[in-house]
Amino acid sequence: MKKIVFLLAISFAFISCNSDDDSTPVNVDLVLNFTQNWDGTNVRSSDIDNTVYTNEMGHELKIARLRYLVSNITLTHSDGTVYNASDYNLIDLSDSTSLTYDTGMQIPEGAYTVSFVHGFNEADNIDAEYNDLNTAGWNWPTMLGGGYHFLQFDGMYNVNTVTPMPFNFHNGTARVSTDVFEQNFVNITLQNTINISATSVVDIQMNISEWFKNPNTWDLEVYDTPLMPNYTAQKLMQENAATVYSADTILIP
Amino acid sequence: MKLYFIALLSLNFFLFSCSSSDDSGPQAILGCTDSNAVNYNPNATESDGSCYFPTGYTLEIPQILDLLLPPLIPADNRLSVEGIALGRKLFYDPILSGDGTQACADCHLAENSFTDPRQFSIGIDGSIGTRNAMPLFNVAWNLDEKFFWDGRAISLEDQAFGPVVNPIEMNNTWPNAVASLQANAQYPGLFQEAFGTSTIDSTLVAKAISQFERTLVSANSRFDKFSIGTGTLTPSEENGLAIFMDEERGDCFHCHGNPNSPLWTDNDFHNNGLDSIITDIGLGEVTGDPNDNGKFKSPSLRNLAYSAPYMHDGRFETIDDVINHYSEGLNDSPTIDPLMKTVANGGVHLTDNDKADLKAFLLSLSDESFINNPDYQDPN
Repeated sequence: MKKIVFLLAISFAFISCNSDDDSTPVNVDLVLNFTQNWDGTNVRSSDIDNTVYTNEMGHELKIARLRYLVSNITLTHSDGTVYNASDYNLIDLSDSTSLTYDTGMQIPEGAYTVSFVHGFNEADNIDAEYNDLNTAGWNWPTMLGGGYHFLQFDGMYNVNTVTPMPFNFHNGTARVSTDVFEQNFVNITLQNTINISATSVVDIQMNISEWFKNPNTWDLEVYDTPLMPNYTAQKLMQENAATVYSADTILIP
Repeated sequence: MKLYFIALLSLNFFLFSCSSSDDSGPQAILGCTDSNAVNYNPNATESDGSCYFPTGYTLEIPQILDLLLPPLIPADNRLSVEGIALGRKLFYDPILSGDGTQACADCHLAENSFTDPRQFSIGIDGSIGTRNAMPLFNVAWNLDEKFFWDGRAISLEDQAFGPVVNPIEMNNTWPNAVASLQANAQYPGLFQEAFGTSTIDSTLVAKAISQFERTLVSANSRFDKFSIGTGTLTPSEENGLAIFMDEERGDCFHCHGNPNSPLWTDNDFHNNGLDSIITDIGLGEVTGDPNDNGKFKSPSLRNLAYSAPYMHDGRFETIDDVINHYSEGLNDSPTIDPLMKTVANGGVHLTDNDKADLKAFLLSLSDESFINNPDYQDPN
């Protein structure tokens, strides 16, 4: 028995040696983090209903609820290999379990670019298709084209005044007119390269303030609620979505 | 150098393994070691042959609820024929109350969708509660497992512990309730059949009642039939649905589900503008967070025809009162949910026709076969 254990130990030693000598890159577990910030300051669940933020237009606001959907997350290795990391993720600022996603995949260490869809593309945005999203009540009304919400960002603005006002920044398929709909998702292809290693996780970030400033400076006095049936508001959101996201790696503590 | 270091490390492991196998270990704990058994003891290290398996019961999932994630059946309280029957008997038996006069079913009446038609329930000694009893159905689909209007119970089993010892409800103690059951001619044998032990304790009582409650499934309303293609709606009901789903009119769906999320509740907590000055702080009392003051659980809109009065404090006697609240009666307060978007104007100001159609739609969510289901009635 002792002999077997010793032999096993020796083999481990050899295997380790082999790895060191080998030039094949090491495969690492692919874990995605979803974090939120306001111009670089982390936004956490404890900021909900508490922290006051000032948007580009100068409105002071508080976040009551922030949920959003990203889909078809892919990582493209510098050698051109594409890895499909996740079909879709519903991220909820108040639910810590939604902020980390273990893909269960292993990919080689190395340099990658990240791309995904804000919301669902038309092929994936199928009414009633996803049980977990149905359970979350994430559906987008059939009269507005159906499928699912892409974003639900609720809060109050003018919180520095005696009459705070609600906003419901909800994004999904755009209704042009009765029974005429227009896709409203955004293909996000991030330009920067991230280096994935055994000691890092991928961090997909949302800068919430970008919803209000780039390229369209958002005036909550004009567009606060209801925005779902408002075609103009939906297309302005789609334009602003492009600069909301970024990606990086963060070291595992 | 590296090889030498690894060899040393390996040697350490080797020594460690050796000392482990030399260890005679702690005293064996006898018990049921099969995690599928109803009397599984996770601390047991050695099987004593006591494992007991009651007759398994699979909760049938109606077609309409198949749109959702599966119901939550805890691994440590799987459904069994014997467990459900015991839970049903307990639910209807006043034996659990302090003076043997009040059962769960006295404030959760089947004909009222398992809620109390009174605004506040009255305890065994005449005490009057402060909140309306919650209806009971589709509770296994409450995947967040927060129960009561204020979410203070963290599982159905946890919920079942509450009313028995609540001084303004059944006003008993658990030792006394358990002693009554233990002394009863039938219960020790029924617990034996359900749980493999005739030694009754409060945990097993809560488990049995929870099993019965998980079988209370409502999914056969006229609207359900419409959804699965076996029924139709009137034009008024269809228009009511459109109002419900319209962010510019009812906008009910952000908290109360939709045809593809057919629990008709988000099982979450909101301040829906009932009062400008909040006296019952609801969720805030449970979380300690003042931002949660005045938040209460969204109730399901199923079976409204049977479950009056409405709201956590039963303040509204009719569905019309409820619709009028959202239409003209909203009150602002610091924790108002931003989804109450028209609070500055007091509400969404529906037309009389829209109100009538919305009500017609809401009533189409009523499931008569649920309240009359013979499996849910008093077995005693």
